[in-house]
Amino acid sequence: MNMASSRMDRFIIILNYILLTFSVLIIIVPLIYIVIASFMDPIALLNKGISFNVSSWSLEGYRKILGNEAMTRGFINSVFYSVSFSILTVIVSVFAGYALSVNELKGRNLFMTMFIVTMFFGGGLIPTYLLVKNLGMLDTVWAILLPGIVNVWDIILARTFFKGIPNELKEAANVDGANDWTIFFRIVLPLSKPIIFVIALYAFVGQWNSYFDAMIYLDNAKLYPLQLVLRSILIQNQTMPGMIGDQLAMAELKRLSEMIKYSSIVISSLPLLVMYPFFQKYFEKGVMVGSLK
Amino acid sequence: MKAGKGETIHRKTLKKKQNHYFLYALLAPALILTIVFKYIPMYGAIIAFKDFSPLKGILRSDWVGLKYFEKFLHSPNFTDIFTNTISLSLLGLICSFPIPIVLALMLNQVRQAKIKKNVQLVLYAPNFISVVVIVGMLFIFLSPVGPINQLVSAIFGQPLMFMSEPEYFRWIYILSGIWQGAGWSSIIYVAALAGVDPELHHAASLDGANLLQRILHIDLPTIRPIMAIVFILAAGGIMSIGFEKAYLMQTSMNLPSSEIIATYVYKVGLQAGDYSYSAAVGLFNSVINVFLLVAVNFVVKKLNEGEGLY
Repeated sequence: MNMASSRMDRFIIILNYILLTFSVLIIIVPLIYIVIASFMDPIALLNKGISFNVSSWSLEGYRKILGNEAMTRGFINSVFYSVSFSILTVIVSVFAGYALSVNELKGRNLFMTMFIVTMFFGGGLIPTYLLVKNLGMLDTVWAILLPGIVNVWDIILARTFFKGIPNELKEAANVDGANDWTIFFRIVLPLSKPIIFVIALYAFVGQWNSYFDAMIYLDNAKLYPLQLVLRSILIQNQTMPGMIGDQLAMAELKRLSEMIKYSSIVISSLPLLVMYPFFQKYFEKGVMVGSLK
Repeated sequence: MKAGKGETIHRKTLKKKQNHYFLYALLAPALILTIVFKYIPMYGAIIAFKDFSPLKGILRSDWVGLKYFEKFLHSPNFTDIFTNTISLSLLGLICSFPIPIVLALMLNQVRQAKIKKNVQLVLYAPNFISVVVIVGMLFIFLSPVGPINQLVSAIFGQPLMFMSEPEYFRWIYILSGIWQGAGWSSIIYVAALAGVDPELHHAASLDGANLLQRILHIDLPTIRPIMAIVFILAAGGIMSIGFEKAYLMQTSMNLPSSEIIATYVYKVGLQAGDYSYSAAVGLFNSVINVFLLVAVNFVVKKLNEGEGLY
């Protein structure tokens, strides 16, 4: 290697590190700002900006958020929706993915086409809404759980995974007298933990972060998921009923509602952000299996 | 898993003895849910051609042909909404497509596994934050008294009305989208780059190629097929840009640039109850979408030596 090109290389390597550091900072600074701000008094934050001076710290925002009924109920609802949605999604897509992975299944291509078509065509918002309405599912948990269960991507993921399981394994079991049922539940499923995990994680995250279905299908505030409660705090600037006593002065009200914004962001995002590094390799696996099929 | 000829025949006779009821039973839930929640609404979309009346139902409502499509095309909002949708998605596509690729190429140069892993950890994180929180953060950071405007005021003497002026909407939408998604979108390219044979790099550097040349002539061609697929998929979704984020970011002031087809469909349909009109607007959107998908796939196939999505 000649001198000029190695000097050029070193320049690119250094530039690369600078740019990566810059990207990391762009992402991490706003997040850190929110976390620190959630512990600060909004007046102090406004006047002096972020400060590590303990005197301007306060846990009031967290106290209000954690003691608020709408918020805690939203949290519990979201846990319920996300867990049940993941379980249902795993069952439906793993079952379908397995059936479609068996070459002998008659009509396999037709079914696959039926699923794939829905990735590109849809009836649209209004016809879907009317259907949910006509099924009597408005304002029930079914409207949140059922319409989105079939995710074609998940079925493709599962199918690709099952195709990788050696046929000899199933044949051996078959020779030993195992029927389809036994083969699937006793032999195939125990080998499928990775794919079950990947699908469940994706479904959980998707459901935890969604607000749209709840917004159009739910009227009853008792059923609201966390994101809908957050929307009213963060975007519609509503303080939740019962959060703040009504005899407070306007200024104080404003101060508290600012505080609640920061702490509610932290409380709602923390579970996923803390969990995700542990599951990072599964998420990556999901993306890759899906893309390189 | 290619089996020998003898084995195939053997397997066939073996399988013949079994019925596949079990497999159909496994398939049934997904199939039923798809027919109910995907195919029935497709059929339901015919209300776009009818004067839908809830009393008569979809079947018995009167046909009106293209009335509602014409109504949309002639409505005073049409140009704005259509241009907003197209420009927001096109700009978004152009701005956000290259960044994940650059990020992946950069990450690929980091040799220390630990540093690489930690950088990825940070870059992927925003993907796990909800749209509601992202938009909430935008309102906080960009508010007239927020941290960014404190800086802006210090320089220009007065804050910028980021969330209420139409001209900023597009850029805030796109830049925040990149902030949230670029890292995560780079995974697929990082994976592909891991497959590059180190021998190629070694040979090239012996021939005097510098790092930049090697990235351009070895790394980049490796991920080109994936770039094509990602591009086609993104372009195919051009008209279906996120209702969710645009809707949350809308303020009464920025509507001239933030009203897109998806938010309009929601407003005239679910808020105003004009089902047929709204369904027509939605259908108009999907038709353009499918057309774009086919067109982009065709073009990419030409450019990419016959490798398209289908």
